[in-house]
Amino acid sequence: MQQGVQIDLISEERLSTLTSMEKIHMILDDVREGTIVILEKGLDPEEQSKLIEMTMHEILPDGFNGIEIESYPSRDQAPGFLQRLLGKSTPESRLTVIGPANQLRMIRKDKDVISAWISSR
Amino acid sequence: MSIFIQAKRRVSKFLAAFFRKRRTRIGIYGPPNAGKTTLANRIARDWTGESVGPVSEIPHETRRATRKQDVTITGNNGSTITIDIVDTPGVTTKIDYKEFLEYGVGKDEAVLRAREATEGVAEAMHWLREDIDGVIYMLDSTLDPFLQVNIMMIGIIESRKLPVIIAANKIDLPDASPQRIRSAFPQHPVISISCTDGKNIEELYEQMVYHFG
Repeated sequence: MQQGVQIDLISEERLSTLTSMEKIHMILDDVREGTIVILEKGLDPEEQSKLIEMTMHEILPDGFNGIEIESYPSRDQAPGFLQRLLGKSTPESRLTVIGPANQLRMIRKDKDVISAWISSR
Repeated sequence: MSIFIQAKRRVSKFLAAFFRKRRTRIGIYGPPNAGKTTLANRIARDWTGESVGPVSEIPHETRRATRKQDVTITGNNGSTITIDIVDTPGVTTKIDYKEFLEYGVGKDEAVLRAREATEGVAEAMHWLREDIDGVIYMLDSTLDPFLQVNIMMIGIIESRKLPVIIAANKIDLPDASPQRIRSAFPQHPVISISCTDGKNIEELYEQMVYHFG
C-alpha cells in the first residue's frame, strides 16, 4: 500500500463559492483524515474564531488532537476613497496552511515564506 | 391605591431594565501559561480583596471562563471604571492529553483535563464573539509573540472593534523581551508587567481606566 500525505490546494474561486460553515466543515473533515489543506486565500477573523471553536469540539483522546495553522502575515490593503470616508480598512487574508497538529509542524515563517515539515500517520 | 403603587413599581422596574447599561466585561485572553489567572487574581485582590481562581505551572489550569463582578478601578486622576473581569482558558488550536502526563498527572485525569480544556477554549471563543466589551491580551514576554494563534486572536479582537491592551508579562525573567511584543503589535498599547512581583501594574490600571472607561 502506498504511503504518503494528501495535500489539497483550494483556490480562491472555490472558496468564494462556499459559506463560512461550509469552509470550516471542509477544512476539518479533510484535516481529520490527515490531509494538509492549503487555502489560496485565508479565512476572515470571524471564520478563524469559529474554526478554533469547532476544532475544540472535534478533539478526542488518542484521536484527532487539533490543528496546526499558519498563514502569511496579512497586509493592510490601501483604503479607497469610500473606505477612508467610512474609516474602514480591511486586512487582506493570505495563503494559509492547515493540517493535523500531530503531522504538521511549522519550522519557520517570515513575511514571504512558510517552511513546514509534514509526517505521514 | 395599592394598584397605583404596583403599577408605578412595574413601570420603574421596566424603565430601569430598559435603560440600565450592562456592566463592561473585560476578558483576559492569551495563550496557555501566559499568566492570565495570576493577573485576574492580582486585579481582583488589589481592588476587591478576593481572588478569582487557582494558578499552576500545568497548562490549562483554567478550564472555564470565570467572572469576577463589580471590580472598581481608580486611576491617578480620580477617574474610575467598574468592570467585570473575565479570566479565560488559554487559547490554542490543539490539545493533547499526553501533554499533561509530563507533569505527573495520571492518564484518566489527563484525559479529563484535556476534555475540559477543549470545552473551555470553545467557551472562551464564544464569550469573545458574544459577551466581551474589551480585552487584555496577555503574552509571556520570554516567548515568540509571532505565533499564529496570537496573530489570529488579535485579528479577531480587531475585527470586533474591541478596545485591547496587550500585557507583556513575566518581565521579571532574564529572557524577557517586551520590545519584541511591541514590534509585533505596534498598533496597540503594550504594557510591560510582572504579575508575580507587581512591577508596572499601576501603569496597567491607568491604561485600563483610559481605554475601557
